[in-house]
Amino acid sequence: MTRFIERHPAWALILLIAVAVLLWLILAVWPPGLEEAIGRKRVFLNALFNGITLGSLYFLVASGFTLIFGLMRNVNLAHGSLYLFGGYVGYAISAWTGSWILGFIIAFVAVALVGIALQIIVFRRMEGQDLRQTMVTIGLSIVFADLMLWAFGGDFYQIQTPNWLVGPIELPLVTAVRSSGEAVYLRYPLVRLVILVAAIVIGIAMWLALNRTRVGMMVRAGVDDRDMLAATGVPIQLVFVAVFALGAGLAGIAGVVGGTFQSLSPGEDTRFLLASLVVVIVGGMGSIPGAALGAVIIGLAEQLGSVYIPTYAIVVTFLIMVLVLALRPQGLLARR
Amino acid sequence: MSLVQGAHQETSQPAKVRAVLLAWPEFNKPAVWLVAVILLIMPFIANGFFLIEIFATTLILGTVALSLMFLAGYGGMVSLMQLTVAGFAAYMVAVFGMSANTNISLGWPWWLATPMALILATAFGTLGGALAVRTEGIYTIMITLAIGAAFYYFTNQNWAIFGGHTGINTIATPRFWGIDWRSDIPFYYVTLGVAAFCYFAVQYVSRAPFGLALQGVRDNPRRMAALGFNVNAHRVAAYAFAAFIAALGGVLQVWNYRQISPGSVSVGACIDILIIAVVGGITRPVGPFIGAFIFVILRTFALDLLVKFGLDGNRFRLLIGLGFLAIVFWSSDGVIGLWERWRRGAAAADKRAGGGHGHG
Repeated sequence: MTRFIERHPAWALILLIAVAVLLWLILAVWPPGLEEAIGRKRVFLNALFNGITLGSLYFLVASGFTLIFGLMRNVNLAHGSLYLFGGYVGYAISAWTGSWILGFIIAFVAVALVGIALQIIVFRRMEGQDLRQTMVTIGLSIVFADLMLWAFGGDFYQIQTPNWLVGPIELPLVTAVRSSGEAVYLRYPLVRLVILVAAIVIGIAMWLALNRTRVGMMVRAGVDDRDMLAATGVPIQLVFVAVFALGAGLAGIAGVVGGTFQSLSPGEDTRFLLASLVVVIVGGMGSIPGAALGAVIIGLAEQLGSVYIPTYAIVVTFLIMVLVLALRPQGLLARR
Repeated sequence: MSLVQGAHQETSQPAKVRAVLLAWPEFNKPAVWLVAVILLIMPFIANGFFLIEIFATTLILGTVALSLMFLAGYGGMVSLMQLTVAGFAAYMVAVFGMSANTNISLGWPWWLATPMALILATAFGTLGGALAVRTEGIYTIMITLAIGAAFYYFTNQNWAIFGGHTGINTIATPRFWGIDWRSDIPFYYVTLGVAAFCYFAVQYVSRAPFGLALQGVRDNPRRMAALGFNVNAHRVAAYAFAAFIAALGGVLQVWNYRQISPGSVSVGACIDILIIAVVGGITRPVGPFIGAFIFVILRTFALDLLVKFGLDGNRFRLLIGLGFLAIVFWSSDGVIGLWERWRRGAAAADKRAGGGHGHG
């Protein structure tokens, strides 16, 4: 942190001012002039929170994608299909047993098993051939998409939110003050906040697992130099399988999350594949903190964009990607 | 004087022919001439459905896939946005030309709208390429796919220029010299002409100094940079050339269907172009056309075929996906590679049989 300030004082100042402005926008009661200029504070706060929770969902999808890419140099373009598959499994389980949590667990296990099968049956055979692996994942995504269309049809599915998570809660953030002097507080869906917290917990757990455990050390070493790691006698194939399982399982969990606060239908796989691509391009390939930063940026850009400039929202996302590619092609938080 | 001139001409004529043959070795093969003749007399063999739905569509998709083949085969850059460039050109034809959506279309005549569309689409593809060459290798796929997907979602959202998810309909097609160029037979010849032009252009460029330098960049960018070649400039130029070819394909496509909507530039369609190029083979310009032919035949007849075998006719994409997987698994240079391997195998078997006294 201090090193960053020493090295880039101007950027640090800009960031500081931006954070201060953002905090003021969130905490202060907006003066009438500002409300006239950019609309109600409630709309802004809702878009902000939606952006952050959407970012947490993107983080769940993209972290698996970036882990797999970082270690195996495998651009898994079937990652969106894994997401959608996880969502469908979660839907089926939770509709059958009525338990949301059980849906999560089984979706994680089922999609992780698919990931293990893919790694052992397919990708191990073509190690080191990046392009061919990517082509195979494209073929697989087509096959998966059609199989899922076959099994589930083209309908929209939404996973039932459990009763204890239904409904909004009041947050201690003032959105407006009534003429009577009474403050109006922001009401926000509880389930989204729970998902946000869950994503943060998962992110921290992953960071700890990568930075504080032996297996995590192996994975980080593998990201840096796969061949050297194999030469030191680490069972690298096992590490590969474990990472692929984890990455796929995270996509599966994300599918259940996405199925709960959005919906599942054919085409969602592409949407989340695109989101993961943009998130890791912005954040930096193979970097978990990068995925987190990229996910929040893209989530915010999408939500704020769709509120304030509806027909050009996607352009904002895209412009962010272009800017990052132009200024820092390796991504914001990548080391190389 | 005249005698000398005659003698001079007599000696130079075969030399010229030989030079042409050296530059274009495909003119020396009877099979090529046979295919060319069949393509030229196709309207007398096939009826309207086959002519447009199969052959013209094949040529259009083949042209777009050819641009990908050029980038991937000679430049080593697998770009998934070639269909997006084609779709952009198609949208521009619709926006600048005439269509039923009068509040969007500017109503320019076709001879003004088409060059405009080609220029803008080429610029679009070049810009996208300039972005994509910021990173290398496998990242190219990701960035170009992101560009393609972003364009798809943008056309879906934007009503002012791109007509939202309904797109732009009833686009006017060229009509001059008393001919409706969209009626079956003239349109077939237009697509054939454009496809042939693109095919020979790619052949020519691949043997020109630029193409050779590009192949050098593909094989060893560091060494090429050390030799004084501007690696990135070559790559961006390759994107520009490919974008022009893709734009030509896009213009033909919008004339063919007379409408354009986000569905035509969806991510699935972008990936179809990759499938076409890979299935056909990305080592040779003829590959994309073969791949497109297989793809179109499958897309048109898979339904009937699957139903005939008692299967669900809607599983066409499953068939395509599995076929693509099989090709990627067993033949890295597509159907052409399979064909060549088979011929080499047959030739080797012939030699062994002819030798007779070998080890069998």
